[in-house]
Amino acid sequence: MKKSIYRGGSVIAGALLAMGLATSASAATDLTVYTAVEAEDLKKYAARFNEDHPNININWVRDSTGIVTAKLLAEKNNPRADIVWGLAATSLLLMKGEGMLEPYAPAGLDALDPKFRDKSSPPTWTGMDAWVAAICVNTVEADKNDLPMPSSWQDLTKPVYQGHIAMPNPNSSGTGFLDVSSWLQLFGEEGGWAFMDKLHQNIGHYTHSGSKPCKQAARGEVAIGVSFAFRGAKSKASGAPLEVIIPSEGIGWDMEATAIIKGTKNLDAAKTLADWSVSEKANKMYNEGYAVIGIQSLAKPVEHFPENIPESMIDNDFEWAASNRKRILAEWQKRYDSKSEPKS
Amino acid sequence: MAATEMQVREKASPLKAKSSSDDKLMRLFILVIGAYLVVALAMPLYAMLSKSVLNSDGGFVGLSNYFAYFKTPALVYSIKNSLFVGLVTTVITVSIAFVLAYGFTRSRMPGKPIFKTIAMIPILVPSLLPGIALIYLFGRQGIINWALFGHEIYGPIGIIISEVFFTLPHALIIIITALSIADARLYEAATALRASSTRIFFTVTLPGVRYGLISAGFVVFTLAVTDFGAPKVIGGDFNVLATDIYKQVIGQQNFEMGAVVSVVLLIPAALAFFVDRLVQKKQVALLSSRAVALEPKPSRRFDNGMLAYALVVSFFILGILGMCQFAALFKFFPYNLTLGLSNYQFDLMDGGGWDSYFNSIEMASYTAVFGTLIVFYGAYLVEKGKGLGVIRGAFQFLAMLPMAVPGLVLGLAYIFFFNMPSNPLNVLYHTMAILVISTITHFYTVSHLTATTALKQMDAQFESVAASLKQPFYRTFFRVTVPVCTPAILDISIYLFVNAMTTVSAVVFLYSPHTTLASVAVLNMDDAGDIAPAAAMGMMIFYTAAGVKILHYFLSRGIEAKTQAWRRSIEN
Repeated sequence: MKKSIYRGGSVIAGALLAMGLATSASAATDLTVYTAVEAEDLKKYAARFNEDHPNININWVRDSTGIVTAKLLAEKNNPRADIVWGLAATSLLLMKGEGMLEPYAPAGLDALDPKFRDKSSPPTWTGMDAWVAAICVNTVEADKNDLPMPSSWQDLTKPVYQGHIAMPNPNSSGTGFLDVSSWLQLFGEEGGWAFMDKLHQNIGHYTHSGSKPCKQAARGEVAIGVSFAFRGAKSKASGAPLEVIIPSEGIGWDMEATAIIKGTKNLDAAKTLADWSVSEKANKMYNEGYAVIGIQSLAKPVEHFPENIPESMIDNDFEWAASNRKRILAEWQKRYDSKSEPKS
Repeated sequence: MAATEMQVREKASPLKAKSSSDDKLMRLFILVIGAYLVVALAMPLYAMLSKSVLNSDGGFVGLSNYFAYFKTPALVYSIKNSLFVGLVTTVITVSIAFVLAYGFTRSRMPGKPIFKTIAMIPILVPSLLPGIALIYLFGRQGIINWALFGHEIYGPIGIIISEVFFTLPHALIIIITALSIADARLYEAATALRASSTRIFFTVTLPGVRYGLISAGFVVFTLAVTDFGAPKVIGGDFNVLATDIYKQVIGQQNFEMGAVVSVVLLIPAALAFFVDRLVQKKQVALLSSRAVALEPKPSRRFDNGMLAYALVVSFFILGILGMCQFAALFKFFPYNLTLGLSNYQFDLMDGGGWDSYFNSIEMASYTAVFGTLIVFYGAYLVEKGKGLGVIRGAFQFLAMLPMAVPGLVLGLAYIFFFNMPSNPLNVLYHTMAILVISTITHFYTVSHLTATTALKQMDAQFESVAASLKQPFYRTFFRVTVPVCTPAILDISIYLFVNAMTTVSAVVFLYSPHTTLASVAVLNMDDAGDIAPAAAMGMMIFYTAAGVKILHYFLSRGIEAKTQAWRRSIEN
């Protein structure tokens, strides 16, 4: 009896507390945050941030990288976002070029790996975590079709893989462009295109999204998906018969990054979030899903991620990739997109 | 009624003055609804399409973007692909729909209401859904992928099957209508002249419905060419114009080239539309007031054949739908086929979780209510209004335009127009209202046509009589027009509701943190490769739309019993 009264009291106290929180939340600043972070992580990100800053309420606008980037650029003359938290650095470079970003050096900037910040000072964006290319191989399908396990990019051009590979179309997907630009940096301009010519012979189909090849490999829809490691690790964790492979030549990468949008009416709150986004706590949070983070000294190995990722990451020249993007995409389209005739 | 007649007799004021103040009010209303179409359609489209002659800094460059476009072989190739998909889909869908409609109207096969209901199902599902089902059926791990004999489902085959599924109800509605208005006297005459049934088919039946077939063909073609859901899910690397817009705008943020592709896509759709208008005019002239309704005579072999055919088509539709439901329930296809509800944990996936489902219902309800008001009243003013001929013509044109505008183009156009700092309407941006406005506009054409058709059935004498009784037009509108047209009004509202639930392409650019939508969630989940949850959410949309449709059925039966009794008394 006594216990139940006590329990009842705690319920009431809890309700009052919740009401108190609700009223304090209504007095809080609403921050509109554009993001391409995986949907399953959004609640966690907001909750961890609110542990330290309960007065800032995050309103997510989440979509795939391409749509968020297009939306931000289309809204250029009248921005609706206060801050971007979790969008590809290459997209943010585009916006930097359009003068859409507010330069700001968040507190704790110095702790970040120099790769993980805009070179301008103060920087317009800061990195969160790296998002690396990888090959997802479905072990069941590989056995069924007698496919040897590939260990390098060049392996993928072997005739045995013909029709068994999916990769994102760089004209629709940022991951696809990341792959193409990294091959051009790894093998040189000529060698890169020669590699892709041979790879094209083996591609079953190109997809519009960067995570799809790996998800398709997870379902056995293709045997091999050229995608990124994060997606592979997630699918593996949910029970897919996948092997995530880091090719020996090295891997292209991009990072998720944070940037304040110029002209935001909530500059102070946006700065608070930018500060928090480079904090140790935030980096440890990124590390729960990503193996490579802004403060790499804090990083612990992530389950299902291959271990050799940091060493395999190429010295990615983002500025080169950004300034040559149009030319590379046009060349890619000319070589492979116009050939995509009906296969049947 | 008697009381109003009394009043009319007592107050005998000059008739002309009264009707002219009436006309003024009507003209004002035409201008108001016309202004809606200008703001919600014409101005945003201009903001978007004008980019096709600008460079990325906004400077005028003439047609150089178009030259660049036609110099890119991959892009031009898409025109050919789009035409191919459009034409093949049109031929297949119209053939299937014609035979089915023939069975419904000219045979005495049993179970007609059930088969008709099944054939209408594809309207209730998002256009991504058939693509997902096809992957489960015919993909590499597909349950019956041997049925393709080694062909690949990714590409034209997959797109065409999806488009046939998606466009079938649209063609069926039009062709059933065309076949229902046959004149029995022609058939009697032909039989009396001892024409064989084959001969009658080719000399009486087919010529009678040729305009209906052409009309259905154009609708199917336009839908298949502008749809972007199916090519995205199952098109593989078979490029079509609709996915090219996506690649330009989403993949490369090249709005100018996206605008060029949009204009190119508008051309076949607009052409189809104008030819259709010409054909429609002729169709009206065919109808005779002395026509006698045709009653099919029982014929066992023919009826059974039609029944078998309807079963096959229903099997195709239910098979795709059923596959989607299983796709949603399998834990991890194809490696773990135990059934469960884990794919319904939408809060863990892309697209805003369960909130988006309820947002979708809210958005669809607003769209149904306000859309029906605007569309029906607009159609009424165009049909029954007097004067302002040019403006009414322009109105008619604007009402027909949305059919030819792909949703992606409309969505981007809304960003450019409604988010201009100088536009006072920019307060609407990121609200529920802009989603509702864009959806009403996107589905304006078919709603408008339904309303116009219903209004055309009403004798113009109602208005003349009302005017001579000195009744203001709005009284006639509420006392006569609305009750008579109630079935059409209900049809429009359900059409808007269902499409608002399933639409993706326009709203994907316009939702905000508080207004995420279920159909966008389906797109995003499929995009991320979460195909099973995408199927699960797609089926939620289907069940909701089907539930509302059933509600609509009983509601309209109740209302028809009250308001449509006059039809029966005329028929008897």
